[in-house]
Parts: sequence; C-alpha cells; structure tokens
Amino acid sequence: MDMKTLLGSRKISRQGLARRMLGIGTAVLLGSLAAGCDSGDKKGLTVGFSQIGSESGWRAAETKLARQGAEQRGITLKFSDAQQRQENQIKAVRSFIAQGVDAILLAPVVSSGWDEVLGEAKAANIPVILLDRQIDTPNVDLYLTAVTSDTIEEGRVAGRWLAGKVQGRDCRIVEIQGTVGASLVANRKKGFEEAIATAPNLHLVRTQSGEFTRAKGKEVMEGFLKAEAPGSICAVYAHNDDMMIGAIQAIKEAGLKPGTDILTVSIDGVPDIFKAMADGDANATVELAPDMAPRAYDILLAYRKDHAPPPKWVQTPSKLYEPDTAAAEYARRKDLY
Amino acid sequence: MGRFMNTRTLPLLATVVVFVLIYAVCAAQYPAMLGLRVMGNLLTDNAFLGILAVGMTVVVVAGGIDLSVGAVMGLTTVALARLIEGAGLPPALAFALVLALGGLFGTGVGAAIHYLKAPAFIVTLTAMFLARGCALLISTDSIPIHNAAYDTLAAAALTLPGGGRLTLVAGIMLLTFLAGGILLHGTRFGARVFALGGNGHFAQLMGINTGRTTILVHAFCSLMAALAGIVFSLYTRSGYALTGTGVELDAIAAVVIGGTLLTGGVGGVAGSFIGVLIQGLILTWITFDGTLSSWWTKIAIGALLFLFIAVQRLILVASARYGRSGAGPAAPNTPNQATSAPASRPSSGAAAPSAS
Repeated sequence: MDMKTLLGSRKISRQGLARRMLGIGTAVLLGSLAAGCDSGDKKGLTVGFSQIGSESGWRAAETKLARQGAEQRGITLKFSDAQQRQENQIKAVRSFIAQGVDAILLAPVVSSGWDEVLGEAKAANIPVILLDRQIDTPNVDLYLTAVTSDTIEEGRVAGRWLAGKVQGRDCRIVEIQGTVGASLVANRKKGFEEAIATAPNLHLVRTQSGEFTRAKGKEVMEGFLKAEAPGSICAVYAHNDDMMIGAIQAIKEAGLKPGTDILTVSIDGVPDIFKAMADGDANATVELAPDMAPRAYDILLAYRKDHAPPPKWVQTPSKLYEPDTAAAEYARRKDLY
Repeated sequence: MGRFMNTRTLPLLATVVVFVLIYAVCAAQYPAMLGLRVMGNLLTDNAFLGILAVGMTVVVVAGGIDLSVGAVMGLTTVALARLIEGAGLPPALAFALVLALGGLFGTGVGAAIHYLKAPAFIVTLTAMFLARGCALLISTDSIPIHNAAYDTLAAAALTLPGGGRLTLVAGIMLLTFLAGGILLHGTRFGARVFALGGNGHFAQLMGINTGRTTILVHAFCSLMAALAGIVFSLYTRSGYALTGTGVELDAIAAVVIGGTLLTGGVGGVAGSFIGVLIQGLILTWITFDGTLSSWWTKIAIGALLFLFIAVQRLILVASARYGRSGAGPAAPNTPNQATSAPASRPSSGAAAPSAS
C-alpha cells in the first residue's frame, strides 16, 4: 500500500480508506509503544529525576549532566520531563514511588504544593533531593537536602568584582533585571546592592527589567544609552548572560566598545558569554553551576554508606570567570548546551 | 451484530479494548504496574482531568466545545487560595463560592453563544483569556494553603491492599462520572442535550428550548471546571494561576478517545473515563521506562486520537451502508447524512438515554 494508492485513487471506497487509516493508526500506536522496550534490570541504584522541562540552554545542560553523571556512577536514571506542569511532576514522583526507586531528584516548577506527594515518598522510605530550587513547606523533613545556588551570593560576587575592577574611580552603573516578581531576581538585585554599598564611588543609577531575554536586554540597554549623558555609563550589570549579550549588541550599535568603554558583569555562565569574553566584548560572568544532579548523586551515595544526614541546604559555588580563561571555558561548555 | 453494535457502543468498545491492550503491555513489561497502588495513583492523579472530561462530554454531545475549562480551573485554584489564605474564609464557604461563580461564568458563556449566535469556539476562547487573565491578576505566584481542615481533606483516603490509596479526590471524580452518566443518559435534560447535538434545528422543531439547553450545558461545564479546580487545589494544597494550561485539550482528547463524536449527538461519559485513564496510563508507562522523552505521551495521544477518528469514520460509513436494517440509531448528522437523518433523528435522541 503506497501513498499514491492511498491518497490518489478515487476508486477506493470510503470504507477501504477508513480501514487503511485504522491500519496506519494502529501501526503508529504499536510502534510508539514498542519504542522503548528494554527494561533495565541492572544492579545498583535506580534514581528518578523529575525535571521541570527544557525551556533554556541552562536546563538542558543540567539534564545532560544528570544523565552523564548517572552513567559514570553506575546509576540507572529514570528521567521525566514535566513540560512546565506541576501535575506532571506529581504524577512522575508517584510513578517513581510505585516503581520502588532508591531515590528521587526533584527540580520543582513551583514552590508550593509538594507536601502530599513528598509525604508519600517519605512513607515509602525514598529520600528526595531538591535541585536548583527550594520548596515552601512547614515540614523540612520531607526532603533529604536541597542542592541549589545561593542567588544572593551570585549578586554579591558580581558586585565585589566590579568594586575591585574600578578601584576608587567614580562609576555610574545601570542594571538590567530579570522578570519582576521572581525571588531569584529580588535576590540577585539584593546581593549586588549589598556588595556595592561598601564602595561610595559606585552608584546604581538606573534599573529596568529585561525579562531574561536577549531582545529585551538589548532594548533596555538602548534606552539607558539614550537616557544617560554620552560616556557617563561606566558599567552594566545584567541578571543573566542572555540579556547581557543583547546589551552588548546595543552598546556596539551606539558606537561604543563593550568591555572597554562600558564594563560588563552578568550571571549564569552560558557558552555565548564566554565567547563574548574571549572576543573582548564582555568582562565577567558568575557561573550558576549546572552540575546539580551529579552533586546530588554524591550526597546520596555518601548518605547510603554512612547514614549521616547531609545539611539541609547544599550550596553550589558561584564562581566568577574573566576573559583570561574564556576561550578554554567556551570550548569546554559549547557541547553541553 | 445486533442491538449492541451501533455507533455508540462500538467506539466505546474500541476504547476499552485499547485500554486493556495498553495495560497488558505495561504490566508485561513492568509487573509493578499491576498493583492497586498504580491504579490508585491513576485515579488520584487524573481526578481533575476526569471531572473536566465529564463537563466536556456534555458540551461535546450537545454539539459544542469549551476551551475555557483549563483557565477556569486555574482561576478557581488561585481564588480558593486567596479566599482561604488571604480572607480567612472556611473552606466549605470558599468551595460554595467558587462553584457558584463557576456556574455563573458558564451561564454567561452559554448566553453569549446563544444570543450572539457566535461560534462556541470563539466565545470559549475569549472566556479562556478572560479567566486566565483574572487568575494572573490575582497572583502570579503559587500560593500555599495552610489550613487544618484542608490538610485533612487532602490526606483523606481509603487504604487499598498493596500500598495503594483511594483518595477523596479520586472518589469525587468517580462520583462525578456517575452523576454525569445519570444526567446525560437518565434525565430529560440529557435527552435534550442529545437532541440538540444531533441537530439543533430539529431539536427546536421538536419543541426543545435550545437556548436554555445551550446555557445550561455551558453552566454545567464551567461548574465542573470549578469542581476540578477545587480538586486540584486539594491535590496540591495551593493555588497557582498557570494551573491547567492546555488541559482543555487533554479533556477534549479524552472525550474523543472515549467515543464521543465531535459533531455532537453521540457519546457518553463512560468512554471519557476510559479516555482519561488511557492518557494517564501512557504517561505512567513512559515514566516507568524513564529513558523516553515525556513528549512521547503527546505523540501516543495524537496517534490514538487519529486511530479513534478513523474508527468512528469507519463505523459511520459502515452503518450508513449496511446499518439501515440494523436496530441501532442511525448515524448522526454529518453533511452526507443530512438528507436521510430527519426520519430517524427523534428516535436517536430517545434511544440514547437507554443505551448506557
């Protein structure tokens, strides 16, 4: 039955056509059911990971490192992408429990509403480790530990670097914020303000939201350049690298040289910002480490060995990178994202 | 063949067969899926979707569609969280309030469809934007609900053998299906819904108040969406404006997989129940596998939908060709059936209630 007969011939009765369509439908269904028929009965740990989704390069890198890390440690990883929906995450966690996994990693899409399902995991004696984000619960016994970055510290690291870079010179700073309302944004702002408050020569003169996107970051920077007197902006701080890449574009289009005329510092450590640093267009980035799952595996393995509960919050380092290592870092990361 | 092999029972039968088939494949591969725990999880995790599907079935049988149910559900969860957490209302009062508002919202939607003679697709799309916008206006954050009575309700469950639990929300869903079945197949209102979906014009000629039926159908659907919102907020003990994004399409998929015709006039809630379970089962299977992208759920659902539309078409064509002498009700109104339909239409509407 080729497509030409199927679609072209007028002689096929409606019934025949329907029967053929039924056949195709069944084939597709059975094909999709058969697509993953190798059930792994490996010895060793089985860990379920409920991921939020794959909305950004950073998250894709986190997933990739989760898979790689599991393989290196001989862990069987059951991965579930929740497509940004909490109900899918709850379903996944319940399925992991029903399956009897040894541990569950959860990157929660929202902060509330986890008590019930985590209570079930606890009742089944399955430890849960939170990744990347904290949850809002009165009962912290529901999870073993949370592996996240310290978002206030990220802002502080950026601010301290800038204070060291400009020394005693007067510096007017503009800030491109992330999406207003997220706790992450409030924290990155707070940390940065704390750090520059110690230096009286640093002034945060303007701040606006670039919604974490390149396009909006560029737009906001264009606005800043028009609003401020020519040559008066000394540095720009962006809450993520993507907005900074947009801002760099805007600075170039205004006829200035980013990285020299205007200093830049941003957060995340995505490959493109390392490329910009290697090209001399950016000055610094604070990395949000994507290797949260491998850290969680190590905590888990240690916990299973000596049964000593880990601290409730394991902070990933907020390391600052400058142009000197940028080319090497870019080469190391470009395949992860 | 005979009486039970008609346009209504055949798609339902196909749905049941597919469900059993998928379940058998799952169980053969992962014996843990046979247990009552997974069954209990399926009912609990899909309770909100099941309740939405009951409302959607009634709307689709009446020949309409409702795209606003996911947004109404999301709005309900946020409103509940605000009423209980912010205003300090007792949960029972908050429940009554959101159910009343849900019914009122649906009444407005139904009235707009009937009096403006606007397509249900557009009106309910507008309603979807409206409800989602209101929800986000109330709060963009997820709001946890800390309330002792709420915790008790959320945790209430019958323990099943094998570590499974039949939770209160699952029970509400099962009762909703029962009530939906009685409403659609055992009341005069149900008969009017079938008649309206079969052919609105003839329904009017039969003396049915089509405007009133349309409004009631949409009021019922939004009421179910509000109930689904209550169930969802019990499920997560919180309210979040983006809850249920795109879930209206899952509900429509469950209804179609369950054998209800999108053209209206034929269908029932029993099939929708199986349709909901099939979707949940596929997702469970993919999670058990753990190596597949969960987007395979969408592909499998797409393939299933295609399969069922093909099956329905096949049955329609077959019954048009050979089914004249058969006992089942004639095929519903499709363009090529319009000329032969009048004589059989009233009997179809009358026969449907007894067929459950």
